[in-house]
Amino acid sequence: MTKYILGVDVGSTHTDAVIVDENKNFVDGAKVITTPDVTTGIINAMRAVLEKTKIDKTSIMAVSFGTTHIINAIVQRKGLGKVGVIRIGAPATRSIEPGIDWPESLKKIVIVDYSIIRGGHEYTGEPIVELDEDAIDKALMRFKEMRVDAIAVTSVFSIVNPEHELYIAERARKLMPETPVVLSHEIGSVGLLERENATILNAATLKVMQGVVNALEKALKDLGLEHAKMFFAQNDGTVATKDFTVRYPIFTTVAPISNSIRGAYVLTNIPNAIVVDTGGTTSNIGALIKGYPREGLEVDIAGVRTNIRAPDIVSIGLAGGTIIKVQGDEIVIGPESVGYKLVELGIAWGGNTLTATDIALAKGVMIIDDPKCKPELPKQFLDLALVNKVYEKMVKMLEEAIDKVKTSPEPEIIILVGGGSAMWPRRLAGAKEVIRPEYAQYANAIGAATALVGAHVEKAFSYDAVSREKAMTLTIEEAKKKAVEAGADPATLEIAEVEEIAMPYLPGNAVRIRVKAVGKLKL
Amino acid sequence: MILTVQDVKDIAVGAAILGSGGGGDPYIGMLMAIQAVEKGKKVELMEPEIVDDNDFIVPVAMMGTPTVIIEKIPGGEEPVYVLRAIERYYNKDAKFITPIEAGGVNSMIPIVAAAYTGKPLLNGDGMGRAFPELQMVTFHLIGVKATPMILSDERGNTIVLDAIDNFWAEKIARAVTIKFGGSAYIAIYAMMGREYRRGAVKGAITLALELGRAIREAKKRGVNVFDAILDITKGFKLFKGKIVDVKRFNIGGFARGEAVIEGFDEFKNRRMTIKFQNENLIAIIDDEVIASTPDLITIVDIETAKPITTERLRYGLRVAVIGIPCDPKWRTEEGLKVVGPRYFGYDINYEPIEIRVKRLGL
Repeated sequence: MTKYILGVDVGSTHTDAVIVDENKNFVDGAKVITTPDVTTGIINAMRAVLEKTKIDKTSIMAVSFGTTHIINAIVQRKGLGKVGVIRIGAPATRSIEPGIDWPESLKKIVIVDYSIIRGGHEYTGEPIVELDEDAIDKALMRFKEMRVDAIAVTSVFSIVNPEHELYIAERARKLMPETPVVLSHEIGSVGLLERENATILNAATLKVMQGVVNALEKALKDLGLEHAKMFFAQNDGTVATKDFTVRYPIFTTVAPISNSIRGAYVLTNIPNAIVVDTGGTTSNIGALIKGYPREGLEVDIAGVRTNIRAPDIVSIGLAGGTIIKVQGDEIVIGPESVGYKLVELGIAWGGNTLTATDIALAKGVMIIDDPKCKPELPKQFLDLALVNKVYEKMVKMLEEAIDKVKTSPEPEIIILVGGGSAMWPRRLAGAKEVIRPEYAQYANAIGAATALVGAHVEKAFSYDAVSREKAMTLTIEEAKKKAVEAGADPATLEIAEVEEIAMPYLPGNAVRIRVKAVGKLKL
Repeated sequence: MILTVQDVKDIAVGAAILGSGGGGDPYIGMLMAIQAVEKGKKVELMEPEIVDDNDFIVPVAMMGTPTVIIEKIPGGEEPVYVLRAIERYYNKDAKFITPIEAGGVNSMIPIVAAAYTGKPLLNGDGMGRAFPELQMVTFHLIGVKATPMILSDERGNTIVLDAIDNFWAEKIARAVTIKFGGSAYIAIYAMMGREYRRGAVKGAITLALELGRAIREAKKRGVNVFDAILDITKGFKLFKGKIVDVKRFNIGGFARGEAVIEGFDEFKNRRMTIKFQNENLIAIIDDEVIASTPDLITIVDIETAKPITTERLRYGLRVAVIGIPCDPKWRTEEGLKVVGPRYFGYDINYEPIEIRVKRLGL
């Protein structure tokens, strides 16, 4: 019997669900409107694709979700947990308190208490000062009294030496076993404040993620899919099991963006390209490198600086539903969008809001498979010279964004995906070739459905203290262990990426090693 | 004047522009200074003119590895340790604190020091920008010695360093910094009021402040940010374009390199090459030098007007290049010997930016 995987992707306008077989062949897909609670939209999309394909539900072995639940919860400050923050680094680090540059309204809800405790390590792995164990117990007891929902622990240079973070986890397990503890060395990279921020946000969203999992488990049961394994798309273009995701919700914040880049790879088999994902509201442009999204250095999550691994993208407010305003000689493109109301308000649907889709239809470059869409309407309504002028400007905006993503002037392959991607021409400046693969409108959900399970580990070493070989082996073994924890089949594990970064101006051959291990879903 | 949190933010923005591509990202420094201003004593900014001949003036700064500073953030009390130690050594009370380098992160550290000690802060520095080496300070030009200097860490370890010359001071201070774990607070070029009045680049902090404030207000009002920058710095818009190539080579421990910018708008069909070594040092349009060290060359993002440090230059960025005249102290024979193009190994005679710009008809 063929085994199938159901993939779901939540966009700002539409939620898509697709079914692919275990050999990554696309079976069918469905698009519904994203709902404010997200979950209803997901259920609607799953139901729609199940009805459309009539596939035997027992042959669907896994469901993979690329969702915006976590980022929405942070942006809307909904359902977030109260976090007790411990930073280990005094007497250093006291000059900047945790959360100092967070948006005030978010900080007030999340950071209910904090302690900066003596301890932490130097870049060499030696302690800065002895760990203050009494202060830790005191802080934990205080958190217990306050009934915090979770504890976030960040120690200076914990990615070189995590022992102080591990000690706190141990004490917390004894003193308040019911409260989850998040350790920063499992979350971020060098950069104390950014890593601490990500750790606190992870702690604050644990409850939200558990709620999401519960709701989706119920939904799967209602749809007759209770036997299917649940996976969640991760920021780095991989997926992880629900058990892993409930511990690390922060890794799902920008997953839908990575899904599109992965999906472009699966649909074309081209490992290196620039991917343009055009939906209803925005176009996200990112680089596909060796089959994975290129990652950026800093990620801003709802106004909070973090250093979690996430795709390096350029976003422009120009997509299918983008509103075009023409006043005399001036043309204003976006960033407002009619979103899913395109099919009521767009001129081609008999409305009277001029959108990017109307321009592309009038230009004759786009075909929309919807009987209610009348391309002749924008053609009658708009002057051809104006259409040409607006379209040229739109294309120029895209080309500039593509150029920002590139790392050299060499022409590259451009892959167009997403529901709005049909509006783009097949020729673009800086492109070796422009490809819009079949099923491009479902690339994100396909990306979620076909992703491998993966895990990242970053550690820092001094090669004077540990041999390079030993350091590599240690990091690789830990990445593999983590990938299995995230749901990978151990027999299929491979190392997708090894990066060795020298730390400048430091003696002792100080380096950081980053390893990404991936494997197939254990079905 | 008493510095507010908003002032600190504005100074950080202005200081990044005065960093001319170097001086470090003032982000961590800015957060430290914000907390210090909120929690510490009032920070009073005073003009160099009020200093008496025999007042003891202490410049404070931070040195170290960027990777360490973003991870092992300072404790906040280090400036108190360095001040106490230098007062003990000289057996004098420090009357004022001053920055030594107004460009980049070291614009912020003296604010932290002033807030935690209650000592007033002087509106001057020893560069009017950022430079990479210890002797590249205007006080050096009038014979003030860098040492005896103090180095402290967050634990309270304190070192008094009295070196035979600045070369040894640099060498030993680096070694101590490594033993401290990669970063240190320093008090350096301690001097008397008469020396400060003669040697300082005056108004360095208020220049950064006005610059940051003007950028903020221009953005709020939606008017041209670049005009605001040029107006305040008496600077020149040297170029607009897209970075098409960045080459880097590591020579003698310094991050040297070169960026090529392809012009657009009024600079269409022209090219600019920027040569850098930690800071931007030379700007060349087509084949003609348009600006050189010690004049300031700052590359900013064309949309946000945010300065781009040399380590962050990369293909595809849309930038504007701004040239700013340096303090006249640097334009003397002695000044150019220390920070002129030839010191950095470029076979170019220094000419003031305003003369070069006029000749090229920009």
